[in-house]
Amino acid sequence: MNHAYDVSHLLAGLMIVASFALLYQDRIFAVLNIFAAQAILLSMAVGWEAWTQQRPHLFITAALALGLKGIIIPVALHKMIVRLGVHRDIDQVVGVGKTLLIGLALTSLSLMLVLKVTATAESFTREGLALALAIILLGFLMMITRRNAITQIVGFMSLENGLILAATGARGMPLVVEVSVAFSVLIALFVFAVFVFRIRERFDSVDIEALEDVRGDTK
Amino acid sequence: MRETLILLFGQTIQMFLVLLIAPGIAGITRRVKARFMRRQGAPIIQPYRDLIKLVRKESVVAQNASWLFRSAPYAILAFTWVAAALVPTFASGLMFNWAADALALVALLGAARALLALAGMDVGTSFGGIGSSREMMIATLAEPAMLLVLLTMALTAGTTRLPEVAEFLISAPITVRVSLALALVALIIVALAENARIPVDNPATHLELTMVHEAMVLEYSGRHLAMIEMAAQLKLVLYISLIVCLFLPFGMAPANAGPAAWPVGMAVYLVKLVLGAALLGAWEVSIAKMRVFRVGEFLGGAFVFAFLAILLAFVTREVLN
Repeated sequence: MNHAYDVSHLLAGLMIVASFALLYQDRIFAVLNIFAAQAILLSMAVGWEAWTQQRPHLFITAALALGLKGIIIPVALHKMIVRLGVHRDIDQVVGVGKTLLIGLALTSLSLMLVLKVTATAESFTREGLALALAIILLGFLMMITRRNAITQIVGFMSLENGLILAATGARGMPLVVEVSVAFSVLIALFVFAVFVFRIRERFDSVDIEALEDVRGDTK
Repeated sequence: MRETLILLFGQTIQMFLVLLIAPGIAGITRRVKARFMRRQGAPIIQPYRDLIKLVRKESVVAQNASWLFRSAPYAILAFTWVAAALVPTFASGLMFNWAADALALVALLGAARALLALAGMDVGTSFGGIGSSREMMIATLAEPAMLLVLLTMALTAGTTRLPEVAEFLISAPITVRVSLALALVALIIVALAENARIPVDNPATHLELTMVHEAMVLEYSGRHLAMIEMAAQLKLVLYISLIVCLFLPFGMAPANAGPAAWPVGMAVYLVKLVLGAALLGAWEVSIAKMRVFRVGEFLGGAFVFAFLAILLAFVTREVLN
């Protein structure tokens, strides 16, 4: 039983709990706070990995995660919500109970899958990959079940948290790739922001249900 | 032979200890609640006086009540008492340790609950029926979560026998276990629901719209009511003991220590129990009761936590072995 494993297990486990909290929570500011907490947990997990595995370049990844996703993106989204004036509750396509059950099924699936497939890899990699895949799938699930454009953005970002966690677990991801991924996420935020404002301008709402009407294939 | 007698003696002490302190624990919780509301509050021995008063009083039974209605209180008390006597309290390794299995515990409590729900419907009043139906709804949500919590502990310790789980946790080196923390949260939620506590049910009200437990026992009076109250108080002690035994077993007398270690174990246990009761009181005044239809989400949260706990425990086991 080693200390290094326990702490990384704790942080990754708490990230999964944060993913479930994102699925459960239906108030928009609370969603942002949980997302920020998840990003901070991610940066702690990456920092711990850097410290225990003697891989100093991971500290840069941790700092990027903390700065961009822990602070800048939540603050930017917060401002966006205030400007859009959507402080009200989020409506969901499926109920909370069903979403959580699907989430549990996805988590079990990814754990079973990764632990079976990576039977020969070392323990850090297996653990990191298994939990990261679960976080990625939960991010997808959040994007599917939410109808509000802003919480869909949060779902996308939390999916990306899982990607970074997976990249940390696997050895040999070059720093250049990580930095460019981090900045492309930032750019994605700007694109999303422009889109959301355009949607609002056109339909007076950020509920993407409104987009269904202009598809033109059903009627 | 002498050893067996000592162990039997220890088990007997535990059986009567839980019975003796149960009303006192309920009294402490009520007193703490009253104090937080800036009321004087009834003395801690008030539940004992209530029980004595109820036993002395005549019990009124409805005309169309069947034998089930009259015999249910005794059976409920018996099931709950057996369950409470099995949870390790001040020492592990007592006479009936082999029977203190987590699944047996859930089964005993389930049997008591089924009897109570049947008795609630027996007389045919509408309140009893609605209480029974709500109790069953809560039970169907709480029981899977409870089983998952106990299985998480079993997966960690390698056995479902509670004394051995406690011994394992005392002897294991202290580590950070996220699965145990999640299991603790889930078990606390289940315990609140099972004991008809705020936010799921309010033990101090008789408001028709909200009551669950009180609605089922509305027809009972006299010594029957005393049995049911006693069973409810025992159940509270059982759950606090279970949480203490699984998550804070430190101070419990180990199996091979013999009777000399029992007084210390008992003192530590009583302190933990009183702390638990006081915390429950503080929790109850600081939160509002939920609508009945939101209870599903609350207990669903317990289920999710318990499921995540067992998944994470599974990952740890797979990865480290």
